[in-house]
Amino acid sequence: MSDYNFAYLDEQTKRMIRRAILKGLAVPGYQVPFASREMPMPYGWGTGGVQVSAAVLVPEDVMKVIDQGADDTTNAVSIRKFFEKTAGVATTEHTRDADVIQTRHRIPEEPLREDQILVYQVPIPEPLRFLEPRETETRKMHALEEYGLMHVKLYEDISRHGAISTAYAYPVKVEGRYVMDPSPIPKFDNPKLEMAAVQLFGAGREQRIYALPPYTQVVSLDFEDFPFEASKADHACDLCGCNTSYLDEVIMDDAGGRMFVCSDTDFCRERRAAGHVGAQGAPYEEDAA
Amino acid sequence: MTPLFQVKSLGKYYGSRIGCEDVSFDLYPGEVMGIVGESGSGKSTLLNCLAGHLEPDTGEVLFDTRVGGLRDTVTMSEPERRMLGRTDWAFVYQHARDGLRMGVSAGGNVGERLMAVGARHYGDIRAQAIDWLGRVEIAEDRVDDRPSAFSGGMQQRLQIARNLVTGPRLVFMDEPTGGLDVSVQARLLDLLRGLVREMGLSAIIVTHDLAVVRLLADRLMVMKDGHVVETGLTDQVLDDPQHGYTQLLVSSVLQV
Repeated sequence: MSDYNFAYLDEQTKRMIRRAILKGLAVPGYQVPFASREMPMPYGWGTGGVQVSAAVLVPEDVMKVIDQGADDTTNAVSIRKFFEKTAGVATTEHTRDADVIQTRHRIPEEPLREDQILVYQVPIPEPLRFLEPRETETRKMHALEEYGLMHVKLYEDISRHGAISTAYAYPVKVEGRYVMDPSPIPKFDNPKLEMAAVQLFGAGREQRIYALPPYTQVVSLDFEDFPFEASKADHACDLCGCNTSYLDEVIMDDAGGRMFVCSDTDFCRERRAAGHVGAQGAPYEEDAA
Repeated sequence: MTPLFQVKSLGKYYGSRIGCEDVSFDLYPGEVMGIVGESGSGKSTLLNCLAGHLEPDTGEVLFDTRVGGLRDTVTMSEPERRMLGRTDWAFVYQHARDGLRMGVSAGGNVGERLMAVGARHYGDIRAQAIDWLGRVEIAEDRVDDRPSAFSGGMQQRLQIARNLVTGPRLVFMDEPTGGLDVSVQARLLDLLRGLVREMGLSAIIVTHDLAVVRLLADRLMVMKDGHVVETGLTDQVLDDPQHGYTQLLVSSVLQV
């Protein structure tokens, strides 16, 4: 038993956050303001996601935390430890065993189920922010569905680079109504936003929560002559040989050596455990690392 | 003939101070009206009330909408009013910076209004943007440059292109030539006069420059202290001013 209230936040705060989450689920894609609390970690380290996770966790839950797809990076490790300590919940690295998955900038490769919850950490929830700095104005634009400006950004991409170069945080339209920032996930993950699991988005510094109920229609914005394309590095994973997963490019030395590996570490490990070997991979051994 | 735009006893007060009071006029399709007066006479307040940027305290601002006929834009819902603002209406600001997105290319600036009314074909949007840049004498190879790389005159022409691309029927202009040197002013006026005639636009131009209204406006309204003191045909008002203030205004113009 720890000295913390379950999952760090006090019960009133969790109720307040749950109310915001329910409202967000009722109006998919709408940014619900909430009274974001100060968390024992800096803004930008997932304070929004942590608060949402704290509000939805129950003691029986098994939790998984990923950062850019990986279970073993600083952000993922520290948030996982945070909940181990403050909530005493079990944690896992296996996507399929988790009830709540908090993620920073990726959607797991393995399709999620209806009984799972995916919590995103969001740095800037307002998709129109870089085009229109005034919050009063962007709220009005959402309210009145004035989304022409979003296409101006895509227009600028094409005029400058010949293609829509926005590669992450690619704006989407939810159920034909609200334009939403899917947090900085690669646009490769955008088609996966239409999924069976509940998706919750928390922005701590910006004090906004928004949500996608299961099977919500999510359409990536594009032009008729420049359709949306989910892109990834044109390569196979060098460890597990997978051709369809999203890849990280890792620089190996100063001579231009590089390898491409799955950004989803759990997915990659499971494939290797099943006997798949990539171009530079060694046969899988339990606890090889 | 129904007027395109009808204003009935419009008033706007800042506390006990008068912004403008009891302004009424009709504007018919294809007509250009000038509003002149010195600084603080309520010209800009009036224009902002007409264009829906400010909410007037009294009176009606009727516009002949495409579907509903004459409707009061003051009591109209905000989405409808904003829709008018990016389709049938256009607003040219004195400072191009207020009317342009400085971080977005010229083509994007012109295309914004098209995209705002639902255009989703990049090739078409770009072709229209280039066409309009040509009409306001901006070379095609500047289409991807940002307005911050443009001269003051070019910025103002770009702002005009951006406003006219959706084929508005009524254009509000607030000192469109202010802050430009005389030769640039002359070309801009030439351009505006051409566009107004060619597209059959109605326009309301606020200015303190009598030469501008002489060139562009069919009718003139002279304002002082928030009140309209004289109205009439432009030539008539300028050549035979009746009100003491108008006489002062006309005689104050420097003769070169």
